[in-house]
Amino acid sequence: MQERVRQLLASQKVDTGAVIPLLQKVQETFGYLPQEAIGQVARLLKMSESEIFGVATFYAQFRFTRPGDHTIKVCLGTACHVRGGSQIMETIERELDVKAGGTTKDFKFGLERVACFGSCALAPVLVVDDKVYGRLSSGKTKEIIAQHQ
Amino acid sequence: MQTKAFDDIRAHAEKEWEALEHSQKPRILVGTATCGLAAGAEAVLKAIEAELAQRGIEAILMQVGCIGLCYSEPMVDIVGPGQARVCYGGVTPEMVTRLIEEHVVNGRPCSDLALGTVGKGSADGIRPLFESPVLKPQVRIVLRRCGLIDPENIRHYIATGGYRGLAKALKMSADEVIAEVKRSGLRGRGGAGFPTGQKWEFCRKSAGKQKYIICNADEGDPGAFMNRSLLEGDPHSVLEGMLIGACAIGASEGYIYCRAEYPLALKRLRIAMAQMEEYGLLGNDVLGSGFGFHLKIKEGAGAFVCGEETALMASIEGKRGMPRSRPPFPAVSGLWGKPTNINNVETWANTAAIMENGADWYASYGSKGNSGTKTFSLVGKVERTGLIEVPLGITLAQIINDIGGGMLGGKAFKAVQTGGPSGGCLGSDFLNSPVDYETLAKAGSIVGSGGMIVLDEDTCVVDLARYFLTFVQNESCGKCVPCRVGTRQMLGILERITRGEGRAEDIDQLQTLAETVRDGSLCALGGTAPNPVLTTLRYFRSEYEAHILEKRCPARGCQKLVSCYILPDKCEGCGICLKACPVEAIAGGKRMVHVIDQVKCTRCGACIDICPPRFSAIKKVSGEEIEVPPEPIPVTPKKKAAKTEPAE
Repeated sequence: MQERVRQLLASQKVDTGAVIPLLQKVQETFGYLPQEAIGQVARLLKMSESEIFGVATFYAQFRFTRPGDHTIKVCLGTACHVRGGSQIMETIERELDVKAGGTTKDFKFGLERVACFGSCALAPVLVVDDKVYGRLSSGKTKEIIAQHQ
Repeated sequence: MQTKAFDDIRAHAEKEWEALEHSQKPRILVGTATCGLAAGAEAVLKAIEAELAQRGIEAILMQVGCIGLCYSEPMVDIVGPGQARVCYGGVTPEMVTRLIEEHVVNGRPCSDLALGTVGKGSADGIRPLFESPVLKPQVRIVLRRCGLIDPENIRHYIATGGYRGLAKALKMSADEVIAEVKRSGLRGRGGAGFPTGQKWEFCRKSAGKQKYIICNADEGDPGAFMNRSLLEGDPHSVLEGMLIGACAIGASEGYIYCRAEYPLALKRLRIAMAQMEEYGLLGNDVLGSGFGFHLKIKEGAGAFVCGEETALMASIEGKRGMPRSRPPFPAVSGLWGKPTNINNVETWANTAAIMENGADWYASYGSKGNSGTKTFSLVGKVERTGLIEVPLGITLAQIINDIGGGMLGGKAFKAVQTGGPSGGCLGSDFLNSPVDYETLAKAGSIVGSGGMIVLDEDTCVVDLARYFLTFVQNESCGKCVPCRVGTRQMLGILERITRGEGRAEDIDQLQTLAETVRDGSLCALGGTAPNPVLTTLRYFRSEYEAHILEKRCPARGCQKLVSCYILPDKCEGCGICLKACPVEAIAGGKRMVHVIDQVKCTRCGACIDICPPRFSAIKKVSGEEIEVPPEPIPVTPKKKAAKTEPAE
């Protein structure tokens, strides 16, 4: 792991304000920010680990535990809320026995809540990996999960 | 400036566009912005490709942005050689064969599936799309190219008038450009409405050699997607605006701060910037004018507060995105302590149009003091959801009834929420009020970045206030006490009220807390966070009272305050709801009236959604009980006879 992080960071351009782009790159590669990566980013930028950790925890995008093979993001923006987004979230939580922010025991699915995808006209909306599904109902949601099982 | 260089590019682009317009091959355009993709545009695109390949048809297949009619996505436009462009909505892969067969092969547009014609020419039995009720009241300035050009082809942009505003600006002095923008009356489209020309002037006059400009594309308001749509459908219009601004302000570097949640917008921006470099529109010497400009993209990492300008700059600098107190304003000391000018995506796109067509043209739209147009994402409980652009000063009723086609399912209008978590809920008293910065502010809301969420009788405004408070409480950066602690206390009270545990003194306490948070917070996030609560307290006080005093939710939206019952005289014992119930709270059998176990029931509403409309046997109530049999009983056959009688 350490070596992979080192190689990744070596290939990146480091300029002013590079912390967030570097962390984004690490997360893009590994799916989360491994403990080792925080330390290596800190050394590379000559900052303290706590500073890096402070930045990383401030932003909702970063995660510190291993994600599932598929990431399900349920939109709970206003339009989705008004059109029943929380029911969609409840359906998934029940179907997969996992809470928002968690990962299923077999690491197959990670479940996240997102404030808005900007697909409000098709609310309620969810995203599996990078595919957007709109105009959902509980039934349609169950079908989508089944497709990815 | 070497005008010849740009003239050559333009001539080349126009030639390509002409060739496309007069092509002998049929053209098929598929809307593949995020909303189109969510509705299934990818499957439609694949079906078209397969159908064309199978028939051996040579056609020009183009992917375009969103025209704004999200309710009828996926959308496909077909243009036969020498024919009018016909737009089809709600296209499914199954419809593709017919569209290709009849329209592309036989040259006969399918009038029953068409939404309308676009642009010049006409087709039998199909009306012009822009004459339809949804588009007629709209004025398209910012969105004028969305859905009509290929956003990944800079020559389409240039051929349709693009970069002409920049070419003009490069020939003018900076003061003249600023004067033109000032004269247009353009105000910041990010929400606050500060005059753009004046903002530019402050930054221009600031001392210092190094200056920055920033495009705020961190569209964080839940329920708003105007900026996403524009960046996906016409990225160059935003970039041209930035070049004009940079040249007027004297900035040599710029940043676009765009949310990571918008992958397609980011992709299209990167493509657009690479093309600009290729055409000499970015770099040390823009179009040979001697003016140099460099642009970088920074991806936001998911923090709502970074939409606030000082927090956004902290984030670009790689720090925690926390706002700081002003002054000094960014125009004096912004990014890395240098003078900086931040504008929203839509503001930048507007400046490109203003420079191209002139300030007087722009000011001829809108109302006095509120010139021009504003884009809104019209969503929630209206028939036609989508992205709209209207002249400021239009009434809410025109937007909701004419453009939006009225309320979804014919339900009663309750309120419209503008400005997201920083805005407020306005009820039916405001339907005939003009939509402009001052009117909405006076009513306790804001224009904001342009989210417009329509609520009907089934939306509980107390629950909505709780929803927004949950959001701002999550997103509060924690730096100042009123926002950090105040929003938490307010949320606690609202959660109690929606659970049915409200106390008589809660309303007064909420009011006091809301005013304290509003007046005492450091930045706009805290300063506006109480708006949803303050407006609902002002216009919908009786709903709060019903929750607190009668433990009743009039809109039947608060799960803890409602119960669901199956009406014995309507239930046909079909068993659909029994199977759909996720918690096995429904008892019954074939031809037996089903009964809901009120203890097990979680009020998720799955049974109501699935009960066939011809039965409509499940009723949701709040504050009352319906007498139903304690256990399943046989369906009484006589009521069936009684029902069919009048028809015979």
